[in-house]
Order: sequence, then C-alpha cells, then structure tokens
Amino acid sequence: MSGAVLAPATRADTAAAPAARVDGAAAVALLGLALALTGLLVFLAGPLLAIALQAVQDAQGRFVGLANFVAYARTPALLGSLFNSLWVAALVTALSLPVAFGFAYAVQRCRVPCKPLLRAITLLPLLAPSLLAAISLIYWFGNQGVLKGAMQALGITQIYGAPGIVLAECFAVLPHALMILVTALGSADARLYEAAQAMGTSAWRRFVTITLPGARYGLISAALVSFTLVITDFGIPKVIGGNFGVLATDVFQLVIGQQDFQKGAVVALLLLAPAVLTFVVDRRVAARQTAQLSARAVPYRPQPKPWRDGLATGYCVLVAAGVLAIVGMAVFASLATFWPYQLAPTLKHYTMGLVDAEVGEAFVNSLSLAAGTAVLGTVMVFVTAYLLEKTARPAATQPWPERALRGAVRLLVMLPMAVPGLVLGLGTIFFFNAPGNPLGGLYHTMALLIACTITHFTTTGHLTAVTALKALDAEFEAVSASLKVPFWVTFWRVTLPICLPALIDIARYFFISAMTTISAVVFLYTPETKVAAIAILNLDEAGETGAAAAMAVLITAASSLAMLAFMALAAVAHKKTQAWRQH
Amino acid sequence: MLSSAAPALALQGVTKQFGSFSALRGVDLTIAPGEFVCFLGPSGCGKTTLLRIIAGLEQPSAGRLWQRGREITRLPPAQRDYGIVFQSYALFPNLSVADNVAYGLVNRRVPRAQARARVAELLALVGLPDSQAKYPAQLSGGQQQRIALARALATSPGLLLLDEPLSALDAIVRVHLRSEIKALQRQLGVTTIMVTHDQEEALAMADRIVVMDQGAIAQVGTPLQVYREPATPFVADFVGRVNVLQARASVAGHIEVAGLSLACPAAADAAPGTPLTLYLRPEDVLVQGSGQANLVQARIEAVEFLGAFCLVDVSLPALGGQRLQVQLSMNVLAERGLGVGAPLALQLLPERMRVFAGATSGATSGASDGASDGAAGAAPSLPLAAAA
Repeated sequence: MSGAVLAPATRADTAAAPAARVDGAAAVALLGLALALTGLLVFLAGPLLAIALQAVQDAQGRFVGLANFVAYARTPALLGSLFNSLWVAALVTALSLPVAFGFAYAVQRCRVPCKPLLRAITLLPLLAPSLLAAISLIYWFGNQGVLKGAMQALGITQIYGAPGIVLAECFAVLPHALMILVTALGSADARLYEAAQAMGTSAWRRFVTITLPGARYGLISAALVSFTLVITDFGIPKVIGGNFGVLATDVFQLVIGQQDFQKGAVVALLLLAPAVLTFVVDRRVAARQTAQLSARAVPYRPQPKPWRDGLATGYCVLVAAGVLAIVGMAVFASLATFWPYQLAPTLKHYTMGLVDAEVGEAFVNSLSLAAGTAVLGTVMVFVTAYLLEKTARPAATQPWPERALRGAVRLLVMLPMAVPGLVLGLGTIFFFNAPGNPLGGLYHTMALLIACTITHFTTTGHLTAVTALKALDAEFEAVSASLKVPFWVTFWRVTLPICLPALIDIARYFFISAMTTISAVVFLYTPETKVAAIAILNLDEAGETGAAAAMAVLITAASSLAMLAFMALAAVAHKKTQAWRQH
Repeated sequence: MLSSAAPALALQGVTKQFGSFSALRGVDLTIAPGEFVCFLGPSGCGKTTLLRIIAGLEQPSAGRLWQRGREITRLPPAQRDYGIVFQSYALFPNLSVADNVAYGLVNRRVPRAQARARVAELLALVGLPDSQAKYPAQLSGGQQQRIALARALATSPGLLLLDEPLSALDAIVRVHLRSEIKALQRQLGVTTIMVTHDQEEALAMADRIVVMDQGAIAQVGTPLQVYREPATPFVADFVGRVNVLQARASVAGHIEVAGLSLACPAAADAAPGTPLTLYLRPEDVLVQGSGQANLVQARIEAVEFLGAFCLVDVSLPALGGQRLQVQLSMNVLAERGLGVGAPLALQLLPERMRVFAGATSGATSGASDGASDGAAGAAPSLPLAAAA
C-alpha cells in the first residue's frame, strides 16, 4: 500500500471528527423550515389539538377518557355514515381517476386542438362553489329534473343520496386530479420513447412501460387527493345527500345542529385516518421516485397521428361537454323566472341576491381573502416544498433536530388534505378563542381567515410543487455549491423559472379555492368579514334556490375572470422562462 | 499561508458507514498538486462515496481530510475549493450555454465584460466556441459534457472532480473526449480526481490509479505499476486480462504447476509445498522466446482476431490440458502459419509471473477479463515478492 498518510502533525492524533458545521446557506434553509413549522403549529396543530382535547372532555370540560368514542360506536346511524363515506370516496376515486388521466394524457401526449380552452373548461368546477354542482344536478335529475325519466330507466330511483353525491363529487374532484396528472405527464423524456420505438415496441407497451411508470407518482398522489377530498367534503352531501349520512355532514349536524362538540370532535378525529394513510403512502412512493427530467432529457413533443389525435380530441370534448352541462344548467336555472313552469329569462334572482341579501359587500371580502391567500399561500407553499426537497443533506448526516424538523414539516404539510374545512375552522375557534392564548387578538380578523384558508388548501399546492420539483435534476444544488453559489441564487435563476408554470397553477388554485370555499370559514366570519360563498349557503338554507344559483353563477363568473387573468400571466411567463423547452 | 509542500489533498482514515454496511474502511491517500488520479473499481467499491466525501456531499463517519494543508473534513461544499462534473452533467436546462458556464462567475461579482471573455475562452478551450446562445437540450451528450467541464473550470478551482464523466457517452466520443480531458488537464495543471469503473480509461488518463475493492484501497500506483505489479489478486484480475493457474512452491525460485516445474523468481521466498496462485498476462507468454526457461508445448484451440494482434486460446497437455490465453501479433501467426489445431512451443516469462499465497476457489483457471466485476482471490492473499 503506497498511500502515505500526510496530515498536519498538530491534529493528526484526533480520530473523532468534530461536529458538523452548519454553513450560512444551511442555516438559512433551517430558519425557513423553522418558520414554516411555526406557522403549521399555530394554524394547524394548535386547532387540531384543541379538537382532540374536546374529544376526551365532557361538555363541562372534565376529562372523560374514551367515553365520547364509546358513545359514538354505540350509535348505529353514525357508524353507517362511516361506511358510506368510505365506499363513496372509493367509488368516486375509481371513476374520476381514469377520466382525469385520459384527459391529461390527451392534452399532454397527443395533438389536441384548443388545449387551453379544453383545460379551462375542465377547471370550471374549481371556479364554482361545490353547491353549484349539487344545485345543478337537482335541476337535471331532481324531482322536477329534465332527465329524471332517463335516470329512472337506468334503475336509479332518485338523485338524492349516493348517486347524486358520487356524480357531483366526480365533477368536483376532476380538476384537482387533473392539476396533478397534467403536471406529472408534462415532463417526459422524448429519448425514452424514441429508444422504445427504435426497438419496435408497440404503442401499448410504450404506454405501460414508460408513460405509466413515469406518471406513477402523480397517479398515486391524485388518487389520494381524490379520496380524501371526497371524504372531507360536506357541501355536496349537504345539498344533495338527502338522508344519506356521511362523516362530514355528521360533523356539521353534531356541531351546528345538536351543539354536541364532543361527539363532533370524535367524528373529526376519525377523518384524520386518511391523512395518516396519505402520509405513509406518499413517503413510500417518494422514496422510490427519481428525477424524470434530467438536464440531458429531450422534452417530449407528440408527433401528429390522425386517428389517435382525433380520438383524443373527441374524448376531451366529451369530458368538457359533461362539465359544461353541469355549469350550464345552473346558469340557465338562475335566469329562469320560476322553474320548471315559467322559463322566461329574468334577472330577478340576481337583484334579489345582490341587493336584498347584501351579497355585494361579501364579494369585496371574498376578493381580498382570495388575493391574500394566493400571494402569501403560493410563496409559503413553494418555498417550503423547495426547502424540504432541495436543501436536505443525506438523512444519515443530518443532526437529529434537523431530521425532526423536516419530518414534522413534511407530516404537517400533508395533514390539511384530510382535515375538513369545517373541523379546521372549528378547531381554529377553539384554539384562538381559548382564554390566555396570546394570539387571541387574531380572532375575528381577515388575517385569521386568510391563514386558515391557506392552511386548509396547503396540501394540493404542496403536492403540485413537489411534483414539479422532483422533476428537476437532483445535482443542481451540488453543482451550485461547488461553484460557491448559495442555494437561493440557484432557486431564483434555475428552479423558480423552470417551475413557474406550476407556481402559477398553485396561485390560481389558492385564489379560486378561497373564492369558493365555504367550510373553512363558516365558523370564522363576522358580519364585517362575511364572504360571498357563505352568503349563498344562507340563501340556499332560506329556500331561495334560484337566488342561490344566481349568486353561485356570479362567483363562478368572477373566478373565471380571475382565471383568465392567471392564464394571461401564464402565457407571458411561458414565453419568458420556457424558451428552452421549444428546442 | 499555504506551504508549497502541502499536498493538494490528504485523506486520513476516511470511513463511511451506512447502517451496518461499510462503504469505506479507513482510506488513507495523498494527492500531489497537478496530479491526475483515477479512483478505479467495480460498482459498489466505494469510489463514488469517496468522491462525494471529498466534495462535501457526504460526511465521513470517521477520518479527516485536508486540502492544501487546510482541514476540510466538516466544511460544507461551498467552502471547499473544487469544480465537479457529474455523470448526468446537471446543466441548468433553462439557461443558455454561456449562462451555464458563467454561473459561478456571476456570483463572484466578476465584471460582465470579464465574465464574457472568460466564457468565450473556456468554450474555445473545450472546442465549442459557437455554442454560447444554445440551450443544453440542443447539444449532443459529448457537447453537454464539455460544457459541464467548462462550467466546472470557470472559477479556476484548485481541484477538479469528475464522477464517471464519460460513462454516458458512446465509445468513439468517449475515447476522443478522454484524450481531450487529459490534454486539458495537463495544459491547466489542475489537480484532478476522476471516478471510473473502466480500467482502460484509468490506464489511459491517470498519473496514478487508486484501485478500490470493497471500501478499501487495494493498490495505489502508476498505470504501469498497477498493471505490471498488481498488489493483490483482485487488482491483477480487475485491471487487464490475466491467466490464473493453481501452483505450488517447490525448490528455491521454482513453482510446480500440474507436476511441471517452472522458474518463478517471485516465489523465491515461499516455503516449498505452499499452495500458490499464479497470475500471468496474455502478453507475457512468448512463442519460443529467446530464453530456455519455462518452455511448454501447447496446441491452439481458438483464435480471436483483434486487429494488430490476436487473443489465442491454447491448451497445455503438459499441464493436464489446462488452458491459457495468449496474446500474439498477427505477424507471428502469419510467419509461422499458425492456425487452430497447430502445435507450438511457448515460453512463460519467469520475471513477469505474479504469485499470491493460497489457492483460489474452484476452476478459475484460464483467462479472466478485467472488465468483469468478479473478485479473484477470495482468501486474503498477500504478494510474496514484488517482481523486479
């Protein structure tokens, strides 16, 4: 062995390595993560703990152990709701995932004309409060519905209950699954396909061996998102569910109707189970996921293929038509004088809602809530995802506080997906209204509404950001470090420009979710901060279905305008930052 | 501040544990300024882990590192002085070639005009002067690798790290680029460490080769030393082609192979009767060489034509039909009219024989190809003597 040891004599005897030094860049990353953790603890963990506390206390605040859980298990109606929630969520996931994947595939991998228009139409469900789908289905299939006969010919006696929930949820879940799948199918390496083609691989085998594995992470994410969205949604089952009980409506009924906070808290805790599942599966899949878009990858551009492109276009048009049928019916109903007897167009539902029910002021509140959520939420979600994904040293070399910090942020950022807005809102009240909480001053402010809304919608934004970030070469940061460039410069010059389309998607998602959300804010608003979607819920409860439809359409229109603005922004951004993809 | 005698890089007892798996076991190494060193070994030998520890991308479980006399063991990558080229190139896809190369310059507040001149200089250096405005996706793999090299060299680092830089390229580009990288390295005089599993690449490019086996250094030496005087059966087997024969030490300076006595100076110190393994390279067998020692009769079984020379499989009836692979020039074969089935007399050059204590397992007799990942000697064999 000729490798002579040559070490400075002064310290040659120390065998133990000194503790790892944290450099400036790593310190900044850790500080950012610590901030993210603080926010998540205050606006997510705190409220959830407040709920958990409720679940083990009686109405007077005494500790009663598992008594509330036992009482819950002895209520057959509530157990039935648990079963209903599970099978409905599974069925909606099984139905909507193939539909969404087909659409994402057609848009990203085939030559479909008018892609932006088709994508915009499928995103329409995001623009409307979920009430709209339920109201629209009632006009289509309800007691006085247009297609009631056709539905009954198929053996479904009435739309109220499971059939209505499943159909409306498919509509509501579609854009969420699409956001993830379109991103997942967007980054493909053309060389893989060319290699396969050169080997004489059939189109079907190319699909099964390249496309599906490449989109695997997106597919699993989309399935998890769909399942948990359905389980935690309460707007749709409330309007069209009839007597068909599900977990989310149980919470609403127990808390609002019966003022039984304790049993409501028990049901809320049951809803956290999917979050645990989501987290475990996400960690497992993420561990196997490797970057698909290396620096060497040649971006995939579909070649024209008439029969395939025609089929894809037809499919996209069919999906878009289904979406338009739901939205269109709501628009039509909002303009009809007296459904179904007097269909002459009128604006009386609109004036009734805006003027008589004072929805106008609520609109302004909705806009400030949406703007605040979009700007702050996007920055926070993307920076957090970046710090988690791209600044981590190998796990084995992290000191335990860093590992704990990263683990905690990763867990908490996935949690909101399974926390119904209703539960989060309720917990937020418990937490911020608790005597002695120094943050109590936030109670009843727009700031708290914004924080709660960002928290509520964090997970989908996070998953989109992670999917985009995972598609980047893992060695960018290592190269930057070797060039003495701190990570935030690479973040600004490389990561951010490449991920800008995903970033705009996230901002749009936050803005529009905030415009249409009901559940997250239903407990938190005051007369001064009441938002438009809540005003609609009040109209629907008052039996003013026409006015409710009119206001829902108005929100949809406002969201659509915002959407167009975001699309214009995306077009500009694409021109400026994605030139390298064109070659 | 820096003593001129300080080595470019010094490693002491560098160890890396992944759970119960030892990726590196106490690596000691010193690299002189301006040296081109290759870490060579099969996949899983720890060479990439060692490079990542030098780069600060992994932390050693134990051991220390110095760069030009400055301890860097716990320094983050940004505080070390090196440029790195990855197998995947890791070029920023959204930045033009010029922006990629200038990436490290911009951060050092190099004036714009100066940075531009440096970029032009580097692109000329790597032979792609007209690619400034292109994006990485518009370049071939070999071109992308040159850009990655230019980017790594832009800030004039004191150490250049190359992580299997050529393995993703096709053979012609690879051979071409390896001589270019070597010339460039000589021209700039930058200390360079390259990780590779390709022994031919290491032999062609390195000033010194560090052969690694299961997390430890098996041998450090010049390409010639590593090839001619392998320190272990593993090195003999991994670098180049080699014939492996079972032998036994006999009277001083002789060994016995299947009852035939052969002169073997390397076995001079072995006690008679000691089981040995004999390593002999195909080119160290001559057709009736000038000397009289170690002549054996053989019969040609197969001929593999490789251009200027052939690899000839011969069987040796005197050694119980054992086979040898012999490298013969085309001229020799043609002159003597040798073909399959022909008998010939061979001399096994005594001074080129390497012997290691112990017998290798099973029937490893015959030639083994250096490119294979299989380890040769399972038993801890030690060289009995260094060949002259």
